[in-house]
Formats: sequence, C-alpha cells, structure tokens
Amino acid sequence: MPDPQSPALRRTPLAAVHAGLGATMTEFAGWLMPLRYGSETAEHNAVRKAAGLFDLSHMGELMITGDGAAAALDYALVAEASAIKPGRARYTMICAPDGGVIDDLIVYRLAESQYLVVANASNAAVVAAELAERSDGRGAEVRDRTADYALIAVQGPRAAAIVASLTSTDLDQVRYYASYQATIAGSEALLARTGYTGEDGFEIFVGPQEAAPLWEALTEAGRGFGLVPAGLAARDSLRLEAGMPLYGNELGRDVTPYDAGLGRVVNLDKPGDFVGRAALAERAQAAPTRVLLGLAGQTRRVPRHGYSVLWNGEPCGTVTSGAPSPTLGRPIAMAYVTAEMAAEARSAAGTSQGRLAVDIRGSAEPAELVPLPFYKRPAPN
Amino acid sequence: MSVPEELYYTAEHEWVAISDATARVGITDYAQRALGDVVYVTAPAQGTRVTAGDPCGEVESTKSVSDIYCPADGEVTEVNPEIDEDPGLVNSDPYGAGWLFKIKLDSGDQVPPGLLSATEYTALTAEAQQ
Repeated sequence: MPDPQSPALRRTPLAAVHAGLGATMTEFAGWLMPLRYGSETAEHNAVRKAAGLFDLSHMGELMITGDGAAAALDYALVAEASAIKPGRARYTMICAPDGGVIDDLIVYRLAESQYLVVANASNAAVVAAELAERSDGRGAEVRDRTADYALIAVQGPRAAAIVASLTSTDLDQVRYYASYQATIAGSEALLARTGYTGEDGFEIFVGPQEAAPLWEALTEAGRGFGLVPAGLAARDSLRLEAGMPLYGNELGRDVTPYDAGLGRVVNLDKPGDFVGRAALAERAQAAPTRVLLGLAGQTRRVPRHGYSVLWNGEPCGTVTSGAPSPTLGRPIAMAYVTAEMAAEARSAAGTSQGRLAVDIRGSAEPAELVPLPFYKRPAPN
Repeated sequence: MSVPEELYYTAEHEWVAISDATARVGITDYAQRALGDVVYVTAPAQGTRVTAGDPCGEVESTKSVSDIYCPADGEVTEVNPEIDEDPGLVNSDPYGAGWLFKIKLDSGDQVPPGLLSATEYTALTAEAQQ
C-alpha cells in the first residue's frame, strides 16, 4: 500500500475529499489516486445503472495556441486536427516516426486557434515535450496546463440529469464529443461530453480551487439519482467492458494504431506530412501480423495481463488486460494473438469450443472469442 | 478492522478457529479489505494432506490474486460449499460464513505451533500500515 505521507507522490485538489470518504488510495503514474471507496463492483454497477463520480485530475492538459496551432497539430498528431470544428473533440493518438504509439489522447478544439490536448497521466510529460518539439517554428505555442486544471467526470445514464440540475446550459446542445464553456454550480468550467466508460457522461475541467466545491455540489445533486464516487478500479473494469484500450496494456511504443484495431484514428488522407506518416501508410497496406481479440472466460478464474493465450494447446498470444465483468457476469480479456490464430479462431466460430484457452497460473482455462466491445450502452429511447 | 479475540492468526493474514482437533480457516478482515471484491477461491481439496507454511490455494479478487498459506499440518476434511456460489461472503463475513476450509490437525487438541494471538496479529497489521 503506498505511503500516503510520501512527498514524492502528487496529489490532486481532491485528496482530502477522498480521505474523508475513506477511499483506498493507490499510486498511479506518480499520483496518489482513489482506487475504490468501498466495493469496486458496486461502483462499476452504479456507473452502468445510475452514475459514478470520478477524480481524473491526474490527466495531463496541454494547451496549444497560435495561428499555426491547427497546422502544427496536423503535423504532430495522426488526426486531422484542422478538420475538428471549434466546440468539437476527437479521440486520436500521437505516434513516433516508426508508427509506434506514444499516447492516446482526446483533442478538444476550443477555438479557431486554441486546442486542449488531454494526455494520460503516465505520458503527459513526454507528450508535452514531443508537441513542443513538433510545433517548433510552426507558429504555435505549447503550454503544459496540467497544474491549472482539476478534472471531474460524471458517467452513467443519470449523468445528464445530475449535471443539468447544476447548470443553465441546455445539455441537449452538448452532443457526444462536443465541449462547451459553461457555469456548473457557480464555477466556470469546460464541459465535455466525453468519457472512458462506455456510458453517457461528462468530463468537467475547472480550476483547482473549484474542484472540492464542484465535487460536493455534484454529490449533493446526485443524491436521489444514485450517484456514487468511483475509483480507478471501476474505471478500468468499465473501459475494458467498453472495449477501450489502456496505454501500457493494449497500446505502447511497440504497437501501431492498426494493431489495436484503431486505424480509424489515423487520417492518412490529410494533406501535408505528419510524424509517422510513411510507417503508418505502409502498415495500413500490409497484412497485420497480430490482432487484438476479445475473450470471455468460461470459468470464473480471470485471465490477466501477461498470461498466454492457447489455441489447440499452443501459445499464440498474450493477454493485455483482463478482469471480472460485472455486466457480463464472467471474466473478460483483450489479447494480442497472431493473425494466423485470429483467422482460424474466427472461422472456427462455434467449433472453437475446447480449442481456445488462457494459461492461468499453470492451468489452461477454456475461453471463447467475443467480438469487441463486450458492452455497448443501450440506445436512448 | 476486526480481529476477534478468540481466534488465532498467521502473518499471511489467515485466521484459525480451533475446536475438537479441527481448525477452521479463512482470511482476515485486513486481508479482505486489501484484496477488494473476491471473485473466486481455489481451496485445497477435501482429503489433501497440508503442511504449515505451504501455499495451498488462492483467493482471487477483481484486481489481484493472493496465495492462501496453510496455517497448520493436517488433512483437509471440508471445504466451504457456499463460497463457489457466493465468493463475496469472504468480504461480507470473513470470520463467519466466509470460512474457507477445515483441517483435521496433526497436533490434535493442542494449538499448532507458530500461530499468532489476536494481539500479536493486530500489532503486525498496525506496523504494516505505517
């Protein structure tokens, strides 16, 4: 258990709030973060059925401004940043020249010449450095504004009702992957309809001093809607069910967006060069050597990161993420396997019974292929 | 943090209740809190000979897997039949309905060597939390 007194760990503006709630804290990317407040399964289920409240202040916020901001990001990222309309956002990646993923990101275009890039906590410094280098001489300024923002997320089917009660902004106008300057519970905020759970929800960026009052206001407003605080454990099981990658598991320097089944984030057609273009263009044409698959366990033992995937008893890949799925009621996992095995297993379809397994600490536990995502939220009425 | 007085403990966070030359074994409140929601328990099979200090099973939670270490020499006589259906009993009632297995003790009615008292176990966990 991490030492809460350790000065080396960074604390979000909500550290005292989590302590007051009796959260089990954990170290994550150099930050002291809430792992869970009680039962992570209950928190996960609350997000699927009602709403969860998350402290995501450890994420990196990088502001890119200037007349050249759009063009600089077109070059620096795999997305066509200049095509993002002001008030809209996009999920994308920053890649190395060899096409390897440096981070997955959400890019918010706040204005014609202003972009907010939100990076994973573990990669924020690297992404800031790369963006600065790649923007050099392109008429754009890159500033690491992480310390200037707290980030609170409300995720779940009741999220909109809860947030609506605290703002005069018409939330029907804030569509999925849009952002809006709004006043929430009296605080100036950037309100974004984005998330990492597979549910409807909002990510709210405010100044650090506003974080605790906003958390309290959301907690109050959420009573009666079933809102609960939710930690990183629930965040991970929710994103896994939603088939979303985690940098360090499904994504890394040795993986291209195509390997992870996320070729859609690469805009090869955009005019002008971008970092990684040649390697990614080649990779887009080539037959993949490995494929990211979804698996569901047929026993209750959980396939975990690093475990071997077996096809006809032979190792053919490795689990990247695995957890019990509260929604599916069985363990789920994502794994990279050889393209050959993926093709065989997919065409075997119903007859893959008994042939697919995961080596769980020395025992071959049967599994079956499941298309990603494991969970899709029901369409609104 | 619950540490019932009448039980014995191990440094690996198992508790032991002794009566009629039999030990009933489970994991402590401290352990279940550290693990989080328990999703599966692999207990030693009925009839297995077990040795004190050896890993003899696993408790798997959402985020981790922990070995169960056998607290005493003997033979496993019974495994809790409820745990398979409801592993959450380990979290909700670790000293009661969440018991894991029973051992017929080689030491008979004598308390097996090496176990900790409630006071000693409490001190151990307090140190671990500093």
